[in-house]
Amino acid sequence: MQEEKYLYIRKPIPRRDIDKLTGEAQFIADIEIPGALWMKLVGSPYPHARILEIDTSEAEKVPGVEAVLTGKDFPFKIGHHIRDRDVLARDRALYVGHPVAAVIAETLEAAEKAAELVRVKYEPLPYVLDPLEAMKPDAPLLHPNLGEYEHLPFLYPVPGTNIAHKFKLRKGSIKDGEREADVVVEEEYRLPMLHHSYLEPWGAAARVRSDGTIEIWTSSQGPFAVRTQLAHSLHIPESRIVVHYLYVGGGFGAKSDLFLEYLPVLASMKLNGRPVKLILNREESFYYGFHRAEYIFRMKTGARKSDGKIVFHKGEYIYGTGHAADLGSLLGNTIGWLATGPYDIPNVWIDSYTVYTNKPTTTAFRNYTHTELWFAFEQQMDILAERLGMDPVEFRLRNLIKPGASTLPTGQQISEDWGDPEGVLKRAAELIEWGKEPEQPREPWKRRAKAIVMAPKGPSMPPNITTSAIVKMNEDGSVDLLTGVAEIGQGTLNSLAMMVAEELQIPLEKVRVYGIDRDTSNTPYDWETCASRATFAIGQAVLKAVDDLKQQIKQLASQILRVDPSSIEIRDGKAVVKGEPWKALKLEEVAMGYTFPDGHAIHGQLIGRGSWVPRRTTGLDEEGRGHPLEFVTYSAQAVEIEVDILSGRIDILKAVAVADTPFINKILALGQAYGGALMGINVALREEIKFDENGKILNPGFTDYKIARAGDIPKSIIVEFLSTKLLHDAPYGAKGIGEVFLGGWPAAIANALYRAIGVRIKRAPLSPERVVEEIKKQKPDLLENIVKKLGGE
Amino acid sequence: MSGTDGEIQVKLKVNGRMREVRVKPNERLIDTLREKLGLKSVKMGCLTGECGTCTVLYNGQPVKSCLVLTAEADGKEVITVEGLAGSDEMRRITEVFARNNAFQCGFCTPAFVLLAYWLMKVKPKATDEEILEASNSILCRCTGYTQILQALKEAISRV
Repeated sequence: MQEEKYLYIRKPIPRRDIDKLTGEAQFIADIEIPGALWMKLVGSPYPHARILEIDTSEAEKVPGVEAVLTGKDFPFKIGHHIRDRDVLARDRALYVGHPVAAVIAETLEAAEKAAELVRVKYEPLPYVLDPLEAMKPDAPLLHPNLGEYEHLPFLYPVPGTNIAHKFKLRKGSIKDGEREADVVVEEEYRLPMLHHSYLEPWGAAARVRSDGTIEIWTSSQGPFAVRTQLAHSLHIPESRIVVHYLYVGGGFGAKSDLFLEYLPVLASMKLNGRPVKLILNREESFYYGFHRAEYIFRMKTGARKSDGKIVFHKGEYIYGTGHAADLGSLLGNTIGWLATGPYDIPNVWIDSYTVYTNKPTTTAFRNYTHTELWFAFEQQMDILAERLGMDPVEFRLRNLIKPGASTLPTGQQISEDWGDPEGVLKRAAELIEWGKEPEQPREPWKRRAKAIVMAPKGPSMPPNITTSAIVKMNEDGSVDLLTGVAEIGQGTLNSLAMMVAEELQIPLEKVRVYGIDRDTSNTPYDWETCASRATFAIGQAVLKAVDDLKQQIKQLASQILRVDPSSIEIRDGKAVVKGEPWKALKLEEVAMGYTFPDGHAIHGQLIGRGSWVPRRTTGLDEEGRGHPLEFVTYSAQAVEIEVDILSGRIDILKAVAVADTPFINKILALGQAYGGALMGINVALREEIKFDENGKILNPGFTDYKIARAGDIPKSIIVEFLSTKLLHDAPYGAKGIGEVFLGGWPAAIANALYRAIGVRIKRAPLSPERVVEEIKKQKPDLLENIVKKLGGE
Repeated sequence: MSGTDGEIQVKLKVNGRMREVRVKPNERLIDTLREKLGLKSVKMGCLTGECGTCTVLYNGQPVKSCLVLTAEADGKEVITVEGLAGSDEMRRITEVFARNNAFQCGFCTPAFVLLAYWLMKVKPKATDEEILEASNSILCRCTGYTQILQALKEAISRV
């Protein structure tokens, strides 16, 4: 790459949202809405039950209670992709915790007290918790009317079953592949439901203004998604809904779609427009909140001995979506077309299913099914390599996709400017010192090993999603930037400001970015802040808007300076005639148009605008053919672990992450890498929603659902950004990095564990209990030998 | 001091000022600070003492305010980040946190700012291990802690 000379881009520019340090930053629970009422939900104690009667008379007697609402008050299902969710259960409750009533009162205390007095008569029904059981023909049906549900055109529900969506992908012939294969590996992998565990519990407030406008405050990654989906669900025009931007205390996917916003909205409608707020506590965030789905991957993969090439892959991928699918249908779709990851395989057959169970509902989780598929696929790769007697890095190199030559199994060409998959793998191998055996600890019960996996991220987004930006000049020559991005911690607002300052060559302080002082009525549209797309997509809209502004500045300056617009350049806060630097206008002289000495004025305020839509993507047809990807951020991740055979505890001694993309802001990029890595490592080692046999969550809080603490970070963590190619439509070549660093750790740790002690764990997480249990099952002699050694010493 | 309605009169010093509040015997300090005194920097993350986002300095020590009853706080001193405004320590904390990207979503950030302040005031010679140990009391789901730990080290470094 050639030497880059930027003013701000690639630099470690400190972020500017320092109101988060002083306590000024407002989250949903911090805003005061005069006269707001509190809502409290009543959840079902059964995983599946008919609601026979709801007696609200005692609850209504509690002083301060304004209303008690039930499913009868909301007689329709909601859902954007598949309309299959009763936010308040109507005739049947479909999971433990399914809200059946909502109490609205003057105070939270009164609402809580009244919620305990709502009497519900249930008739328990047969239920199903396991997705494989749910797929059997005699399984209890969650949605007997599935065939009648409204859904998007490219989704395929299977009426009369618990399958909300089935995706098929076919390439080549599995029979041909099977004939060629010398080695075949057939395995099943499983990952449990887990919770996003954003630190800010979700909340929303709503009121209906006297002009009929619905006003919403919500902890959301997608204020416009909330607007669109609410309008769609309630059959009201988007323009009647105003969603306020707020700081969002972590989302990780869980706050990207319409969640429970519609409850305070409808409550306010019923209460003559009085504001109503619903703020969940931690336990409620687990019971009522979105989760990451559980996954089951069944895979059969064959390879040739002669050249180490994979010749076929057949997969059945199951996405256990819980009681409702909605976005889960698209997630089940994505695992399907991700298919074989970054590997070029001639014969592929995938069936992926989104399956209902009597559990909480699920949604996107950071890295959008990639982490989970890599957990399965990258273990499959190591097993195949071992059977072939090949080094796992060499085996991967032989099978990786070739930019410019290979296609995805969907038929999309692998673009050369996406980067270099081999490059990231080779660099990760260097950084982990692949080939050099780790020094073993002196304790005989501890073992060390390394592993490397591929963990690319190709963001999944609809092919027609759009975003826009507006830049407007102020009298003093400064610029305001207005976009639809949500500030969820990632700091995109900062990166976008850097782009504006860079392009106009003005001090960063002269760019003001609208933060939470926005709502959907005064902000250009953006789909959602998700899918690692904000810097990439909104950045392109911003660059177009700045370009538009620059053209206007040049046009205006050319009229004043009486030169051709092409001979004007913009630098140092001025429009300057090239080669004649004494002929210049300060930006503040043209910001509001220009006034000639005689008082005559031209043009008026300068405002630039830009829009973006995906260029490379299409929908997928019934055989899975089409172009799902705008770009891929290639990454390889490697670990060196130490396992304690007696306790089952795994320590990460070294974590290496290499991603092939340049960044906009160095410290913000590193923040995504460190944060993503620790989350991914924690997902690998600890995170799991535990259900009892009746489908009740056993660990609905941080006491028993452990998220990582400072003491859990790897002993050493190395992050490297390569820039092998600049994606030509991305801002300064920068692809998304919000998710990619989560991806490979569960697979890498599982592979390293096998390399350390020969125990293969195909179920996540690799908790100490599971490691000990699997050692006992797979390698009982390991423990016995250690005990002997210790006894002998 | 007990009132006739079962409420208790509590006097405590908050961010340098004496405040009097009437509270129920079971009211948590976090609720008093947020709802009665308007100190919204004290965040409600779990209410079970796990996440630490409600950390305040309580008689000079970092304490989770969801685990303290306001009735117990009679005569005690409480500091929240609102009380650090304008101090030299806060200027330094702002600078090192911004320079190191030591915050993302901002929900745990006031707690870590207070921790930085406490280290500067009480443990200016804390070792890396002591800083790590102290940081274990506050959860952050965004940053992976690396940049926070660096900021805390720089906050007390005299370089």
